[in-house]
Amino acid sequence: MSLSGKAAITGIGETDYVRGSTKSAFRLQVEASLKAIEDAGLTPKDIDGIIPIGITGAPAEEFVTNFGIGDLRYSAVTPLGGASGIAAVQSAAAAIAAGICNHVLIPSGRNVSAGARAGVRIHQMPQFHLVTEYEYPLGAIAPAQLYAPMARRHMELYGTRSRQFAEVAVAMREHAILHGNAVMKKPITIEDHQSSRMIADPFRLLDCSLESDGGAALVVSAAERAGDMRQAKVVVAGIAEGHPDSPSSITQRAEMTRLGIAKAAPRAFAMAGVTPADIQVAEIYDCFTYIVICQLEDMGFCGKGEGGAFVENGRLKLGGALPTNTHGGLLSQAHMLGMNHIVELVRQLRGQGGATQVEGARLGLATGYGDLGDGAIAIMQRV
Amino acid sequence: MSTSEKPRPHETEESRPYWRGAERGALMIQRCAHCGKLRHYPRLVCDNCHSLESDWVEASRRGTLHSWTVAHHAFHPGFAQDVPYVLATIDLEEGVRALGILDAPADGKLAPGAAVTGRFERRGDGVSVLHFFLARQGPRLVKGDDQC
Repeated sequence: MSLSGKAAITGIGETDYVRGSTKSAFRLQVEASLKAIEDAGLTPKDIDGIIPIGITGAPAEEFVTNFGIGDLRYSAVTPLGGASGIAAVQSAAAAIAAGICNHVLIPSGRNVSAGARAGVRIHQMPQFHLVTEYEYPLGAIAPAQLYAPMARRHMELYGTRSRQFAEVAVAMREHAILHGNAVMKKPITIEDHQSSRMIADPFRLLDCSLESDGGAALVVSAAERAGDMRQAKVVVAGIAEGHPDSPSSITQRAEMTRLGIAKAAPRAFAMAGVTPADIQVAEIYDCFTYIVICQLEDMGFCGKGEGGAFVENGRLKLGGALPTNTHGGLLSQAHMLGMNHIVELVRQLRGQGGATQVEGARLGLATGYGDLGDGAIAIMQRV
Repeated sequence: MSTSEKPRPHETEESRPYWRGAERGALMIQRCAHCGKLRHYPRLVCDNCHSLESDWVEASRRGTLHSWTVAHHAFHPGFAQDVPYVLATIDLEEGVRALGILDAPADGKLAPGAAVTGRFERRGDGVSVLHFFLARQGPRLVKGDDQC
């Protein structure tokens, strides 16, 4: 049995994305969830499956209690860091296809302004225990420092340049400003990127994603019910998660420039029956500029080592051949663990993209990347 | 000197021989007692033959540069006095990798494949951590750059 076409994203919701929110993470999750449920034309009591996202995600029981859900039939967690959202959609689709439940809520929300920053948070997570024991004491603290050797290796092997990273950052910023609901509002140039301070070589400040507050949520429903619901029908055509070799340590990974999505992408494209050339809009997880370039290669949009040249000349911008992160991504909209990428893809495919709408987009993809290289990809289609 | 403490290793049963080795300057690598496969970082089970039995061998500390980053921003107050510092991923002769602090100028030219040698250095807090130096330079050249 294939999952293709079995599930649809019927509801999307997100809060304003800000820094310094006074709202709790749970409140942000609830606000986004209520919007997504309303968007789907459902009531909170219609939800019969819940997959909370991220380490700040409140447990399913909290939603049952607050929403008065009488018969929750399915709950799960998908701990893949920034790939958790798409992994959750896969889990929801599988549960729906198996007839376990009908409407799965995927809530997310975080208030990082009120808590510890990423460099401290990750060392409390079990999937980082080897890094915490052997690399943290050396001063390898934050994701920027852990991921930078992958980017450096890519540069040394393939001649990838920092100015190519800058192309990604500039495209994301342009989209964020047009989109409106974004933390970053000021335009940047390639030169701004090149003169931004070095954080963890080769990553400069403008290669790094934001720390921001907000909530984003999805409702996934059985595709056969979606036609009768409020919104245009956007189905999950192909979906997969993939885990890299040596998932607990980048240091020990034989091929440092190959992420988990390299295993997932062929499965997702085969399931959907399409190729990268068919994709009209892409929402690609962008915790760092380089991670976008590496995923483009790993998904087959170009060959390994060709990603730097691929993103040149505005290819990722609106009007380019592969409009990417039409919301501004984690680099310029908000760090919402990639849930904002899924929300934006659905909005685009419904034709609700506003100022960043890709004309006539009916087939697109979203990706996730998390922890030390976990990956996930969802190919969605307006039907 | 920084007044903030650096993170210390959280020793486990599996890692204790590594850290005891570090204290005496030896880079210890876990080995499957059944099939002989070396594994680093240490863990419970051999991913080749799934044996739970293991022993330890001392590594040469010789290797080549695989990749690196230069930390310019201190993400932890314990390293505020150390930036910029180079974190190097090393292909050890034994076939596993190690991460260490590369005692080389942060603005110097580095290239994959450069030969390095490792040594443990005892920090002020008594923790011994792995450093590497470029073999062509030798350890004496960089000694003068040590900050403590």
